Amino acid sequence: MRATVWSGRNKVAVENVPDPKILSERDAIVKISSTAICGSDLHLYDGYIPAMRKGDILGHEFMGEIVETGKGVSNLKVGDRVVVPFPIACGYCNACSRGLFSVCENSNPNGSMAEKMFGDAPCGIFGYSHLTGGYAGGQAEYARVPFADVGPIKIDNGLEDEQVLFLSDVFPTGWMGAEMCNIQPGDIVAVWGCGPVGQFAIASAYLLGAERVIAIDRFEYRLRMAREKAGAETINYEQTPVREALREMTGGRGPDHCIEAVGMEAHHHNPGMYAYDRVKQAARMESERGYAVREAILNCRSGGTVSIAGIYGGFMDKFPIGAIVNRSLTIKSGQCHVQRYLRPLLNRIENGDIDPSFIVTHRMSLDDASNGYETFKHKQDECVKVVLKP
Amino acid sequence: MTAISKSTNGGPPRENLAKGLGVFSFALGIPQILAPGRVNRMIGVRDDATTRAAMRAVGVREITAGVGIFSQRRPTTWLWARVAGDTLDLALLGAALRGKSRQPGRTMAAAGAVAGALAADLVDAVKLSRGEAPAAAQEQPNSMHLKAATTVRRDADELYAFWRDLERFPTFMAHLEAVSATEAERSHWKAKGPLGMSVEWDAEITEDIPGERIAWRSLEGAKVDNSGTVRFVKAPGDQGTEVHIEMQYAVPGGSVGSLLAKLLGEEPALQIKDDLRRFKQIVETGEIVRSDGSPEGQLNKRQLKPRPAHPLPDEERASATTAGETS
Repeated sequence: MRATVWSGRNKVAVENVPDPKILSERDAIVKISSTAICGSDLHLYDGYIPAMRKGDILGHEFMGEIVETGKGVSNLKVGDRVVVPFPIACGYCNACSRGLFSVCENSNPNGSMAEKMFGDAPCGIFGYSHLTGGYAGGQAEYARVPFADVGPIKIDNGLEDEQVLFLSDVFPTGWMGAEMCNIQPGDIVAVWGCGPVGQFAIASAYLLGAERVIAIDRFEYRLRMAREKAGAETINYEQTPVREALREMTGGRGPDHCIEAVGMEAHHHNPGMYAYDRVKQAARMESERGYAVREAILNCRSGGTVSIAGIYGGFMDKFPIGAIVNRSLTIKSGQCHVQRYLRPLLNRIENGDIDPSFIVTHRMSLDDASNGYETFKHKQDECVKVVLKP
Repeated sequence: MTAISKSTNGGPPRENLAKGLGVFSFALGIPQILAPGRVNRMIGVRDDATTRAAMRAVGVREITAGVGIFSQRRPTTWLWARVAGDTLDLALLGAALRGKSRQPGRTMAAAGAVAGALAADLVDAVKLSRGEAPAAAQEQPNSMHLKAATTVRRDADELYAFWRDLERFPTFMAHLEAVSATEAERSHWKAKGPLGMSVEWDAEITEDIPGERIAWRSLEGAKVDNSGTVRFVKAPGDQGTEVHIEMQYAVPGGSVGSLLAKLLGEEPALQIKDDLRRFKQIVETGEIVRSDGSPEGQLNKRQLKPRPAHPLPDEERASATTAGETS
C-alpha cells in the first residue's frame, strides 16, 4: 500500500510498504477514506519528538471502512464506516475504567522506554514515535487498529467525512481543553493559538457556556477564522501587547481561564526573547519553547484555570511556578481521552451545534503529503488544515 | 504501574579499605601530575625534566588505579595493579638512593611510606581475591535480587490461579522457553540466556498459599541458582490486586556476564519489569500488545532497537509475533 513515512527532519515521503495484517484478535483493518495532518505531526516533521525512526508511517487522524476484523471484535463488521480515535486504549485497565484512555496502562508496548522519559508510560498512539508504542499511522491507504472493539466509533448517518473526521483528535482535544476549565456563567476564556485545536477550543468554550472568548495568534487569516467561524474576539500579538489588551478587554481582571493550544514550537514577537528559547531548544538544553504557556499563566485571573492542550514532550525552562502558587491557579492538561468524547460530540454534530468541517482549507491526494506538510508548516496559502485522500 | 528495585548482594558497595586506597591514589596522583617538581623535592630526588616526566607518569598511573577502584564494586584487579605500581615505585626510589638522591633521609621516608602502602594494597588485594570481603556476597557471589510490582484489575484468586500454573510462565516471561510440571511440587525449566545460551534446571515450589503467595526455588545442581516469590495483595479501592514479585539469581558469567547482558538489553532488572507488563496485558486485555515497531510486544531489547513503524513483511511477522504467544 501507499503510506506517508517519516524520512528524517523536514522530510516525509509517500512510499510503498507492506499492507497491514491482523496481529491480535482485537484488531481491525481499516481502509482509509480521509486522513488529516495534525499540528502535532509538525513536531515530528520538525524533529522535536525523540524516538522517531526512518520509515515510520505518520498520521493519527483518520477514518474509513472496516475491511477485516479479528475474532475478538464483535461490535464492528466489514463495511462499517468508522472514525478512529488517536489514543490506542484497552478499555479495561484502571486508567481506562476511569475514562483516562490516553494513559491506558496496557496499550504502549514500549512502556519502559516511555517510563524513562515521562516517569510512567502513556498510551500507544498511531504514528507518533516509538515512545508512544511504535504504531504505524493512518496517513496511508490502510491501517491496523488495535483494540478495535474499544476505540472506533461507527458513523451510520449521512454526514460527510470532513464533518466527522476531526472526532479522531482535534475536535475532542479542543473540547477537553475547554472542559478542563470548568467554565461557569459569566466566565471569559482566552485561547492561545488559532490552529485547529484552538478553533475547536473557542467553539467548545462557547458550547460549554463561556460569556466571551478571546483568541490570540499572529496570523491574520487564522484570527479571521476565529472571529468569523468560531465567534471569538481576537488579539494579534505581533501588533498588540497581549497583556494590556487582555486587561483592557476584561476590566482589569484578566481572563477567568486560559487555554493554551500552541505547544512546544511557540513564537515570540520579540526577536531577543524568541532567540532565548530557540537557541536553548536547538542546543537540547530544553525541549520546549514555552512562550505561550508562560503568557497564559501570567495573564490568567487569580484563582483561574490554565488548561494546556498544546503538545509538550520534555522539559521547559523558566516555568512560572511562582504565579501558579501565589495566585491559586489550577493547571490542567493531558492528551485527549478521545474515546470518552466520541459519542457526545458526534451527537453535537448530528444536532447541528457545530460543523467541524469549517477548519478545512486544503484537500490533497495522499501522494501530495509532502507538499501538504510544507504548506501546513509554513502556513502558506492561508493553510489551517490539510485533509489527505488516499 | 510497575515499580521495581534491584540490588546486588555485595555488602557495602565498595570494601572500605579498598575505598581508602582509592582516595590515596587520587591524593598522590593529582600533585604528581600538577606539581611533579615539588614532589621530587619533597622526596629528595633530583628534579629535572626526566624525573618530572617520570613523576607525571607515576601520577597518571595512580589516577587510573583510583578511577578503577571507584568504578568497580569489587576492585580486585585494580588493587593488584596498585601492588605492582608500589613495587615499581620502590624500585625507582631504590635507584634514586643508590645514585643521585640529594636528601637520602627524605627518600628513605618516601620509600617507607610506599612500603606501607604496598602492605595495605597487598592485604586488601589478597582478601578480595579470596572473596572474603563483602559478608553478604560470601553466601552467593554475584547474586542478584530483583523486586517489581504491578496492579492488575482482577481479584487475587484469579491471579493466583494463573501463576500457580507454572507452565504458563513462558507466555509472559520472555526469557523462558518452557516450564513443565514434573511432579506435584516439582518442575523443569528451560530459559534463554544472553548470547543464545540456553539454561535448564529443576525447581520446586517451597510455599503455596492459595490467593496469597507462591514461592519456588531451583533444586541442587541447577547451573543458575534462582528462587522467586509472588505475593498477591488487595489494592486499595476497587483497583484489583497488587502483584509483588521478588526473584534472586546467581548471575551467569559473574560481573562480566551481567555487564554483557546489560549491554545486550537483557538485564534481568528490565526483563522482570517487561514480564510484569506482559502479564498484566494478558490478564487485562487477553493478549500481548504488539505494534509494528515492537512486534514481539514489551521487550527491552527491542526498545533499544525498534524496527520502523510500518507493517511487517509476511516472513518477519510470522517469527516476531509468535514470541510469547498465548494459547
